[in-house]
This record gives sequence, C-alpha cells and structure tokens, in this order.
Amino acid sequence: MIPLLLILIPLLSGLAVFLLKDSPSSKVFALVSSLATLVLSLMAVFTKGALTYDAAWLPGLGSRFSLLQDGMSKMLSLLTAISFPVVFAATYKNVYQRSSAFYGLMLLTQAGLLGVFLASDALLFYFFWELALIPVYFLCSIWGGEKRIAVTFKFFVYTFIGSLLMLVGLLYVYAQTADHSFAMQSFYHANLPGHAQNAVFALFFIAFAIKMPIFPFHTWQPDAYEQSPTAVTMILSGVMVKMGIFAVIRWLLPMVPQAVQAHSIFVVTLSVTGMIYASLIAIRQDDIKRLIAYSSIAHIGLMCAAIFVQNQIGLEGVMIQMFNHGINVIGLWILADVIEQQLGTRKFSELGGLAQKAPVLAILFVIMALANVALPLTNAFVGEFLMFNGLFQFNGWVAAIAGISIILAAVYTLNMIQKIFYGNTVEKTFEAVEVSGNVQWVLSILVLIVLVMGVYPQPMIELTKDTVSAIFANR
Amino acid sequence: MNAIIVSALLGVVMMFSGILLKNKSSLKYIAIGGLLLLLIANLFQTYGVYTIVVNSHDLLRFQKFGLFFNSIAISATLIYVILSGKDIENVGNYPAEYFALIFFVLCGVSILCGFNSLLMLFLGIEILSIPLYILTGADKRNLKSNEASLKYFLMGAFTAGIMLMGIALIYGATGSFGITSPVFINTPTPGSAPKASFLEIAGVLLLFVAMCFKVSAAPFHFWTPDVYDGAPSVFTSFMATVVKAAGFFAFIRLLEGQTAILGPTWKILLSFVIISTLLIGNITAVFQQSVKRMLAYSSIAQAGFMLFALYSFNEVAKEGILLYAAAYSLATIGIFAVLIKLKDYTLDGFNGLAKTEPVLALTATICLLSLSGIPLTAGFFAKYYMLASVVKTGTGLWLVIVAVLFAAVSVYYYFRVIQAMYFREGVSETTEITSGFKAGLIFVAALIVLIGVLPSLLLNYFYF
Repeated sequence: MIPLLLILIPLLSGLAVFLLKDSPSSKVFALVSSLATLVLSLMAVFTKGALTYDAAWLPGLGSRFSLLQDGMSKMLSLLTAISFPVVFAATYKNVYQRSSAFYGLMLLTQAGLLGVFLASDALLFYFFWELALIPVYFLCSIWGGEKRIAVTFKFFVYTFIGSLLMLVGLLYVYAQTADHSFAMQSFYHANLPGHAQNAVFALFFIAFAIKMPIFPFHTWQPDAYEQSPTAVTMILSGVMVKMGIFAVIRWLLPMVPQAVQAHSIFVVTLSVTGMIYASLIAIRQDDIKRLIAYSSIAHIGLMCAAIFVQNQIGLEGVMIQMFNHGINVIGLWILADVIEQQLGTRKFSELGGLAQKAPVLAILFVIMALANVALPLTNAFVGEFLMFNGLFQFNGWVAAIAGISIILAAVYTLNMIQKIFYGNTVEKTFEAVEVSGNVQWVLSILVLIVLVMGVYPQPMIELTKDTVSAIFANR
Repeated sequence: MNAIIVSALLGVVMMFSGILLKNKSSLKYIAIGGLLLLLIANLFQTYGVYTIVVNSHDLLRFQKFGLFFNSIAISATLIYVILSGKDIENVGNYPAEYFALIFFVLCGVSILCGFNSLLMLFLGIEILSIPLYILTGADKRNLKSNEASLKYFLMGAFTAGIMLMGIALIYGATGSFGITSPVFINTPTPGSAPKASFLEIAGVLLLFVAMCFKVSAAPFHFWTPDVYDGAPSVFTSFMATVVKAAGFFAFIRLLEGQTAILGPTWKILLSFVIISTLLIGNITAVFQQSVKRMLAYSSIAQAGFMLFALYSFNEVAKEGILLYAAAYSLATIGIFAVLIKLKDYTLDGFNGLAKTEPVLALTATICLLSLSGIPLTAGFFAKYYMLASVVKTGTGLWLVIVAVLFAAVSVYYYFRVIQAMYFREGVSETTEITSGFKAGLIFVAALIVLIGVLPSLLLNYFYF
C-alpha cells in the first residue's frame, strides 16, 4: 500500500492545488503534502524487505499497474521525498505569479518522479517517465528566465526524442518476451540474442544518456539549469537526473547484460571524457548556476562510469552517491538562490567579501562546497571513494584519468568560494545581510545529513544492498 | 445496412426541414437528434437487429470491425456537430443543406465500412466525396473557397478515373469484383510460386494510388493543404477527421487480401509512401505560420502513422486503427473547434489565449498533446498501437525508428501553439463563447484523457 500512496498523495494533492485560487494557502498545502510523502517514504525505509503493489491496468496489452519498492527505490523515493519539502521551505519567501499552478505542477512532477522510481512494469515506467517531464516543461517555460522558452523547448525535444527511442526499445523487447507482458521479470528473462541486445541497448541508452546527461548528450543541461526557476533547477539536478542512472541500473543492466558488457569500455570512455570536459568548462565559468551545472555533469559522469565497470563496489558507490549528490547539489542551489535573490547577481566578478557581511551563509556554503569536492568526513567522500575503487578494479588508467576531475573540482569550487566570500567587499555586497531563518533551518538539516552520512554511511549501504546483490547474483 | 438507409433518409429529411422550418437555429438540434438516431441504428445492427433486411448479393458484408468503426465515425460526427453546429449555421445562407450533405457523407462512410465488392467501394468513395466538393465551396463569396472546391473536384475526378481503371483491370484479369482474395495463375511446373497476371498487379497498384490520394498520403498529397486551407474551417475539421479515417478504413479493407500478389515489392513501395508522407507532412508543418495550414500538414503527417496499419495487417493494427481514428478525430475536432472561435488563424492569434480564455487554452493543449502522442492522452496509445503492430511483425524496426524521430519533429509545431497560448504575451481575440461550448470542449478533453489512461474502455467494447 505504501508505494501506491507515495504516488497518489502528490498526484491528488497536485491536482487539488490547481483548484485553490491563487491564495497563499497553496504554498502551505504543497508543503504539508510533501511532508506527508516524506513520512511515508521514511516508513518505507524502516520496513524490512521489498514492498510491492499490483493491480490490473491494461489486460489486453499485458501491462499491469505494478509497483516495486526495493532498496534502491526506497533510497530514491526518500531522496525525492526529502527534496520537495526542502525546496518548498527554502523558497518559501519567493513569490510566484499564479502560485497555485506552480505548486500544482511541482507536486505532479513529484508524482511522476516517484512513479519512475517505483514502477516495475515497463509501460507504466514509460508513462511516469513522461509524466515527470511534462509539468517540468510548463514550470520552466512559465516561470523561468529570459530565454526560457527556447531553452526549455530544447530540453524538452532532447528528452522526448530519447523517450521515443526508448519506447521503440520497449516495444521490441515486449514482442520478444515469452508471455507478451511488460512485467519487469519478463523483461529480465527475455533472453535476447546478441544483435538484438545491441539494438535494444542503443535505443535505451540514448534515452538514459540524454536524461543523465552524459557527454555528448549534455548540451541541453547548463542552459536549462540556468534558465529554470531555482526551485525547479533543484529538482532537475537533485532528483531528475537520477532517473537516468536509476533506469540504467533497473532496466538496462539486467535486461541486456551481454550488450552492457560489450559496450562498457565505450560508455566508460564517454563518461570519463565528459567528466574532464565538464570540469574544464566549469573552471572557466563566471556564473554560480552554470558552474554548479557543469560540476553536476562531471559528477554524473563518474556515476555512469562506475555503473558500467560492473563490479559490486562501484555499484554500491553509485547507490550512495545518487542520494548524496542529490542532497549536496540541492544545498548548493539553495545557497546560489539566496545570493541571487539578495544581491541580484550570480556573477563572481560582481561579488566579493561576502563572508564579512554574512558569516553563517559563508560557513554553510563552504561546507556544501567541500561536500561537492568530496572531502573526507563529508557524505560525497564515501561514494566517490567506492566508485573510484570500482573504476580502479576495472582499469587503472581510467581511474587515474578520472581522478584528475577531483583535482579540477577542487580548483573550480575553491575558486568560487574565494571570489564570492573573500577579498574586499564590492559595491553589490556592501549592503548584504545574513540569510533568513527558514533557509538557515533547511540548510542546517542538509548539513546534518552531509556530516552524518559522511561519518556513518553503513545504513545506506545496507539499505541498497539487496538491489546490488540481485544484479550480480544472476551473473 | 441500417446506417446506410437511415443516413440517406436523414439527409433528405434535413433538406426538407430547411424549407419547412423558418427558425434556422433549430436545424442544429434536428441534426443532433438525427445523428443519435443513426448511432442507435448502427448499434442495433452491431447486435444483430435490422430495420430492413436487404439482400445485397454479397456486395456488402458487415462485420463487427466495420460496424464498430462506423459507430466511431458517427460518434465523432455527433461531437463535431455539438461543438461546431453553430459555426456550420454561420457559414452561408443554406445551413440545412450543409447538414444534409454531412449525412450523405456519413452514408458514404457507412458503405465503406461494409463494402465487399469493388463496385461498392467506388460508390462509397463517390458518395463520400461529392458532398465534400460542395462543402468545400460552401463559402461562395470567398475566392479561396471556390478555388479549393474546384481543385478538389478536378483532382478527385481524376482519381476516380484512376480507381475505375484499376477496378476494370482487376475485373479483366479475374472476372470478379470481389475483394476477398487475389486470383493466382497456377504455374505449370509444380513447386514454383504461383504468379498473378500483370493486369491484376497493375489494377491493384492503380487502386493503391487512388486510395493514397483519398487519404492524402505523399506523393499524392498536393491537394490537401490548399483544400484544407481554402475550405470553411468547420468543414476542414470534418474532412480531416471522419472522412479521412473512413478513407483509411476502406484502404485497409481493400488491400488486406490483395497485397500478396505484389510480393516483397509491397513493403518497399509502402515504406516509400510512409516515409515520404511523414517527411513532407512533418517538415512542411514546421514552417507554417497559419495554424489552419499547419493542421492540414499535420493531418498528412498523421496519415503517415496510420499507414503503418497497412504495413503490418495484424490484430494489433486493426485495434490500433480504431483507436487512432477515435483519438485523432477527437483531438482534431477539438483543436479546430477552438480555432474557429479565434479571429486570427495565425500563430500570433493564439498569443495569450491562456489568460483570456483559460478553458479553451487548456482543452486545446490537451488536444495538441494528444496529437503529438504524449502519454496519458489517447494519442499516445494510438501511436503505440501503430508502432507495436509493426514491431510485432519482426521486420521494419528501422521504419519505426524513423517514424518516432518524425514524431519528435511533430512536437515542435504542436508545441509552438502551446507556447503561444501560455508563454507569450498578447490578447487573443475570440468571437463570443458560450458556456455550453466550453462544457463540450471539456467533455472532449476528458474523453481524450480517459482513453489515454484506459484504452481498454474503448477496445474491450470491440470484443463484446
């Protein structure tokens, strides 16, 4: 029952919020609904074993409304459930025109995301995959920045092409399944011949690679992150990119193992290239949002590489890092938003000396930024350590080249901290004041997660262990 | 049989009611009542109840599939008249005749749903087409409407000639007008494949060309944009939906048993037609500034998808074409109903519609999402069935991939309208909009979403 409720609560409350005329209560309503989802997902995390739900949906097509919440799904639905209240609380003071529509679409996005993470039926998965996209398209196009329409459209068309190719792949596998069904287990046991595996791999992988995004499919991402309203950017980079990684682990690895094996070196090369490439671009950025966007591409590249090296330790690292990257990047976006709202700029060249004016902001920012660099004691360290370990077992050279990106990450992150917070105060930062109470609270919670997960990551590894071992059990 | 008789009678009734009734606004309600009657008559036949039993000497053969399709066509017309009835009245001075002509078109559709002989096919196509030539030119004082009507008529007449030629050749080769199975000449040496006569092959190809013209598949689509653009918008809506879907139904019924004689050439030929239809429809639609003309090209593009049913000819394809006809008709009727209410048919005319008329904008958006095949709308399952039917045949995966890439292109021009409505500033001007019209639109949108979530509601009915 819990998996069903996890989707229904945001879906129904999202539709209900639309009906509220633009009153401030839509904000409260959205926050309460997202908190309810959080409680449920925590309940799921503390329940032992995988949770399932199953109901008839399209009997003629062999598709059922079936949900599965195993370790990985529990972890990702927890991430989704944490993200939304955090985002709502952190942007509580932001005023949106037509706010009921804004919060309604946000909750629909949450329903779509949770559906993607929970679906264990391929057609249902595809449905939610698209359902998560459509509200985001409207969110970005209505409330985004100056170039929003063109940029969002590029993002939409990119991902839509990917989804359609995935649909063809789904149909192909469906036609090959023994019992003509979309059920996950039927897909896993489709036993495709070699050439078919390669075709299916290509069709699915393009969709997931666009969503993640990995080089060379990443060009939609920095623009989209920059132009979207910050609340949406947080969801996009914190949760939505995990859809791609999740889908590779959930669908691609067990379904076409031979093709994954055959293409692993190709994908790892792409990912590592993307990591270095994005890190180098990040160094040259003068805009906080764009820097975080490029740094996010680098992190995702590492996760993708760690999946395709196909060893247990690498995959465990990916599991932890999916959660941690979500927390860290949302923290960074909140801080970037605070700076932009207060000072009206995101350019380093127009900032400086902010630490003198707002010490708490500076401390929070530094902790989040260091977590982004994966310093020991922060959460990202554990994940990256495991992933590099996996990479090293695969190929020492690859690990060494990928390791350069850690150094580059330190370069751009520390550079950003230095330019924003230290040095002399300039015209724009002269009037700066401390961050508001609700943002401090939210960020303290995130910092707490960062530190706890950095010191004691074992529960998270335990939580996702069943998914990891299930994948390697069949080999 | 019921539907053929009832629709022909209702056409006559409508004509006379134009003379007898002084109050023109009641015509719409008579038409709605007539359509309901027609729908009921057709449903009766589906369950084996006949008004008049006519021995058609196997010229007509009604099967569940055809009758069900006819019900969809009649229901779509019903929704169309409910939504746009008022606009039909406003086209010219003789609204009764327009309604009468619509009933005659439905008579043609009913024949096409049950023809079992090439003669009946020809009759059905002509009964369907001739009223359309008149409707296209209904706006008598508009030069574009006249041009469109003449163009449509000349091209249509020419195609009728090609079709008759094809029928004649087939008759010459086989001595029969039947459509069920091609006649093979048995080769003298046993073991080698039987051959069809050249006459018969040529005949089937000519029929193929003529039907491609009727469903506006490339490279026989050139009439479509001009005719759809020139005709009064209400009638464009009707032509692009019910009539086109009926053409497809006839196409499938006609060629289902015939393609065997073309051998492997058939798939090559059809792939060429499908790809050029998708290419021309989608790429040209991208460059249109007038939404009406864009929808004309989009109807060509949608025809490309429906042609997949001919490629696969399996159960999935049959279910799919029913679903496609319903989904596509609903969405196109909806978007046209909104378009007619606007004063400016260009994209700029849609600017800011979401602020001035939120209900219209929302329903138009759902229709456009359905046309672009986004999940949770009927259009998704329509496209899904078409693609699935081809994938199931095990060949032509490349064709499916090409098709989905074009589907992605189609998103571009459909979403430009959504962008205009929601994201661009402007004051979209509309004619007066009644709350009844809004309720109708909401009903259409709800139906699209309902079929999009549970397509089995529509298709299960097919099996009972």
